[in-house]
Amino acid sequence: MRAGQLDALVEAVEDGNGGDGDDDERGAGGVDFDGLRANRDGDGFRFRTPHTERTGLSEAEFREVAESNPWFVSNWYYWTREVGLGERGEQEAATRHHDGASARHTFLRWAENADDYGVPERYEALAEGVSREWGQLCVTATVADHGERRYHLRHVADADADLSSLDVYTDPLEARSIVTYDERGRYRPLKTAPTLRDGWAFTDLDGRSLVDTVDVVYPATIPNWYREREGRLDVSHWDETAERQTGIYDVVDELDEEAVEWIAESCCVDSQCLKRRMWDKDEESELDADRGDGVFPCREPCSLVVAAARKWTTLEREESRTYEFELTPSEKEQVEDIIDAVAEGRTDEIREADVYEGANRYRARFLRAKRFDDEGNLSGTPTDGE
Amino acid sequence: MQALVIVAHGSHLNPDSSAPTYDHADTIRDVGAFDEVKTGFWKEEPSLREVLRTVESDEVFVVPMFISEGYFTEQVIPRELRLDGWDVSQWESDGLSASHATLTASDTNQRVHYCGPVGTHESMTDVLVRRAESVTGDPNVGKGFGLAVVGHGTERNENSAKAIEYHAERIREMDRFDEVQALYMDEEPEVDDVTDCFESDDVVVVPLFIADGFHTQEDIPEDVGLTDDYREGYPVPAEVDGHRIWYAGAVGTEALMADVVLERAAEAGADVDDAVEIVRKRTRGTPAAGD
Ligand code: SF4
Repeated sequence: MRAGQLDALVEAVEDGNGGDGDDDERGAGGVDFDGLRANRDGDGFRFRTPHTERTGLSEAEFREVAESNPWFVSNWYYWTREVGLGERGEQEAATRHHDGASARHTFLRWAENADDYGVPERYEALAEGVSREWGQLCVTATVADHGERRYHLRHVADADADLSSLDVYTDPLEARSIVTYDERGRYRPLKTAPTLRDGWAFTDLDGRSLVDTVDVVYPATIPNWYREREGRLDVSHWDETAERQTGIYDVVDELDEEAVEWIAESCCVDSQCLKRRMWDKDEESELDADRGDGVFPCREPCSLVVAAARKWTTLEREESRTYEFELTPSEKEQVEDIIDAVAEGRTDEIREADVYEGANRYRARFLRAKRFDDEGNLSGTPTDGE
Repeated sequence: MQALVIVAHGSHLNPDSSAPTYDHADTIRDVGAFDEVKTGFWKEEPSLREVLRTVESDEVFVVPMFISEGYFTEQVIPRELRLDGWDVSQWESDGLSASHATLTASDTNQRVHYCGPVGTHESMTDVLVRRAESVTGDPNVGKGFGLAVVGHGTERNENSAKAIEYHAERIREMDRFDEVQALYMDEEPEVDDVTDCFESDDVVVVPLFIADGFHTQEDIPEDVGLTDDYREGYPVPAEVDGHRIWYAGAVGTEALMADVVLERAAEAGADVDDAVEIVRKRTRGTPAAGD
């Protein structure tokens, strides 16, 4: 705790401008935050924590008591003065629906489990570091001198890695170089795909930089998560989103409910996207596909899904036909294996010589050599033939 | 608090598409004229639907990184940003003159100053010239040189040709290059015929595109005859039919573009102090972003 923090506390008590408190306490002024209550009681000061209660204090006595409870004071100072926005500020911001600062505040509180633990337990835990998972991010909060929080960010896979084995960054914008490509060097158009590279760490971030860094890795997830917590996440369901589209995407509202189901099943499950899907066909018709377990919600079909849906809309206009193919039972299974391996992105894992795998490259080449004609038609059956 | 939000198309396939937007945002962020500088995309994240949620400021200047007024600037961006009561007539534009309009974003209640696209701003002309300077390495380039401004053409958007013509005409009026010509990918005069369109031995070809991608990296180099196969690359300058062609790539990657973004915001009322000057100084003579 610094002297300035204590001065600020005294001032807040004098002004009745502590930032927060229950409605009935507010009239009395003072400070009411995370278990710390301080106000003027008649002529004297009052100082209360879950473990201490002192009343009728002179200012000098008040300062002395506060000084012997430095955690409560520095905690109050950090949240109301450095992060800004006590609860009252939050409520005001919330009613205006413009709540970037409240979202940041709430996220930082989440990072240290502030809802679940009191100040002493939290300070003890913060001394070691409190870690939480945000998608594939591991966010660690620690407490530095005078209650200042410092935050560290890594890939969850590196949670226990030695810092010297990681590339260390400090500027939030440097995260762009991490999120653009997956570990095989492929472009990641969907930031919440579970393909975040590991091997890096951001250290010693302040609250704002932490939020900025998370926003580069998983853009807009914090504000949407915050709105969800506040019970006012606005969800745009499939129908509404599809109807809004114009230009080349105008067609996507043609897809029927079953196809929308397939979209959610193919794109929005945890193996493909870490957002938790909150949208459905419309408000009444829930889709069966798994929503995912992600900590942050998905409030409407993303541009990737809408763009894919455009292709599917044109494909779904085609009628099925009956073709005749000659395949042995094993070859039919092999076709199924190949589709499955591609759909799951497993083709790279299949070993060169593992001909027991249907999707093995040599097996696929053998099948092609045997069953394709010179035009590449399966079983020699032309695609457009009658 | 005031924020700048640069909105751009972005791509699901090519990370180069958003790179210039990030670069220019970084340049502007560094001069500290705004409390926040953010980027939002049609095809990347944060999406246009959600970018305003990532902004804490009440006052937001939105500048579209697009070449022309049209479908994106008039329909898609205002709709996705939920600009309440938007009507394109608020820009009172003839297709080239959109400056800004002030609206409320119904999603966040922020006051949004929605600016015209960078491509139609008059200072974009300077960026095209700067591009010619950076690709030739000659700050005085002009004498003995022809300059071709290349656009997509009318197929996509009738205003796109207007923007190309507008800047070509302004460069012509500077009397700096021996010849200036607007060329198109999809209409006459075509970029394929570039060597027929110029008498000068040296011709700088600058595509008026925001980002390098398929068109500027693959189509145009092959159409112009710089190479038969873009994957093999091409020299700058390259000899084509007795001319030396200095192919510049997308103008949007030029560092000076940050200046156009700032000017757009300043004209919409952003308090940018001398940031415009600083940005101009910093981006002058620096190699183009990505070079
Ligand atoms: S729609 Fe949402 S859940 Fe589905 S892939 Fe896109 S971001 Fe993920």
